[in-house]
Amino acid sequence: MIWFTVLLVLLVLAALWASMASALLRATLALALTSALLAVVLFAFGATLAAVLELSVCAGLITVVLVSVTSLTQPRSLKEQAADRKRRLRRFWPLPFVLIAAGVGLSFVKVPVDIVMRLPAGDGDVRTVLWSLRQLDLFGQILILLAGVFGVLVLFRKEAK
Amino acid sequence: MSDLLLLVPFAAVVLLNLLPKRARAAGTWIAFAVLALEAAAAFAERFGYAGEPAWSPLGAVFGFHVAPDGLSGLLLLCAGLVGITALLVAQKTLRETRERFFFANLVLVALVGINGIAMVRDLFSLYVFVEVTAVATFILVALDSFTEGRGTEALEGAWKYILLSVIASVLMLLAVAFLLLSAGDTSLEAARGALAARDPLAWIAIALFLCGLFVKGALVPFHGWLADAYTAAPAPVSVFMAGIVTKASGIFALLRIASSTLNGATPGREILLVVGAVTILVGAFLALSQKNMKRMLAYSSVSQMGYIALALGGDLRLGILAAGLHFFNHAISKAQLFTNAAAIERELGTLDMDQMGGLGSRMPVTAGTSAVATLSIAGLPPLAGFWSKLLIVLALWNVGEYGFAVVAVLASLVTLAYFLSLQRRVFFGKRDERWAAVRETTPGLWVPAVALALVTIALGVGFPFALEILLGGGA
Repeated sequence: MIWFTVLLVLLVLAALWASMASALLRATLALALTSALLAVVLFAFGATLAAVLELSVCAGLITVVLVSVTSLTQPRSLKEQAADRKRRLRRFWPLPFVLIAAGVGLSFVKVPVDIVMRLPAGDGDVRTVLWSLRQLDLFGQILILLAGVFGVLVLFRKEAK
Repeated sequence: MSDLLLLVPFAAVVLLNLLPKRARAAGTWIAFAVLALEAAAAFAERFGYAGEPAWSPLGAVFGFHVAPDGLSGLLLLCAGLVGITALLVAQKTLRETRERFFFANLVLVALVGINGIAMVRDLFSLYVFVEVTAVATFILVALDSFTEGRGTEALEGAWKYILLSVIASVLMLLAVAFLLLSAGDTSLEAARGALAARDPLAWIAIALFLCGLFVKGALVPFHGWLADAYTAAPAPVSVFMAGIVTKASGIFALLRIASSTLNGATPGREILLVVGAVTILVGAFLALSQKNMKRMLAYSSVSQMGYIALALGGDLRLGILAAGLHFFNHAISKAQLFTNAAAIERELGTLDMDQMGGLGSRMPVTAGTSAVATLSIAGLPPLAGFWSKLLIVLALWNVGEYGFAVVAVLASLVTLAYFLSLQRRVFFGKRDERWAAVRETTPGLWVPAVALALVTIALGVGFPFALEILLGGGA
């Protein structure tokens, strides 16, 4: 139990770092760390395949894509970065306290409903779910990636020009 | 063969990107053909508007289980008509072939998303296709952000849209997870069963999903992004977004859930009534105080989305009919008004209504079509908007919601007030000397406006005949 708590706290801290980091590269690394910690949590819960996907796609592939896109941007001067860091700290300093207070507060709340959790139908195999039951959603996700590619082509090529 | 509505636009995107660079100009016309086919297909009975998944050879290969019905036909038709209009506007307002090429590509990607929203019966699939539409639209809003002379508004508008959209996505994903835990399935039918069984987790799931849709549909209090996105977007993107994107990803999904899952159940009905009434009033009063034409039209859209939500809180059958009809009317009229705005911006170089005046004699077609659309949205007979607003009031009256019916009627007067103000400031009064040389806009912009105005007039005059065709007899 204590390990879960430690992992979850680390997860929240990494997510906070990702939100508050002033440099894109640091934010990307923090996001990768968040994904890696989430993969550990998923592994601990027995969702092995989900953990592997989270680690390979979110912590791996997405990080590579984000770093590549960041490399296309114009780096700011050190002075600008320092000013931005100060500005972000001034803006976001209450965020960790609000999150911790909310987490502590919620842990004392007893949900006043009798929730019966039902497991989804099917054999539970992710491959069956992806390739047999949710093909339409997979098609939709391919389209989202395609739209993302258009985004890079439209926005970044223009700036280079 | 409804699978074709997903596969053909996708195949068209692939085809467009196989074209050699010098043939990119043809991209618009390929997209045009796909949209025209879609509008025609919306009428075809063979798409089997029975509400049950139909077997098809392509469906068997790809494993797509979609179930188009009368409501789907309505959205498909709107998407076809508005998409064609947006492509025509793009031809005259986007300067570079490259921009027009990417516009056509992204419209086709968004079209697959919209078609998916029209035909799926599953909350997770609905979420996926709402995201497809949203991601394509984020990029569309920022399409010409690096063109010379454009400031940072387009990027800022796109950024605000992304931020609020992400919040909506998180709410919707959380809703899907809760529903899966509660009902063991994410289909709308399973959700209806769980709601009927008074499962609190299912109610939390639907409440979260509705909140997500309120953001996507820009219902109050989640309307903050809409005016900035519409105003900052290039003209054809405004036409596409105002005409179909916001409506499909927020309002149509709401319509689908209200008709398939909520079924008039308490407290869903009451939430829709209150949110609808507040949205109508806030949107209308915000529209009254605008001086930028596109901003006024944007807030007017917020107000009209409120009418659709209000209708869904009324008598179940009549409310869905009224909401569907108002959805169609507003999509057509608003796409037309944004086309008019594009024409004015092209000829004058500004959308500031305080700088305009007396343009009616210089741009008579734009002024005339604009009058048709504004009067229709305000609900004046015999235009199409009158019938949908009448049905909305009747749907509310039938279930004893007299107060909300009165709000709907009185807010129509506010709608008429801000649209009369728009007409007066833009087309009537004394003309500024700067606009002495202004002439009617190019046919590329007034022809689609006239076509859409004719749809509004024809639907109003031939309402009894048109209703059955529009709803495919299925709603």
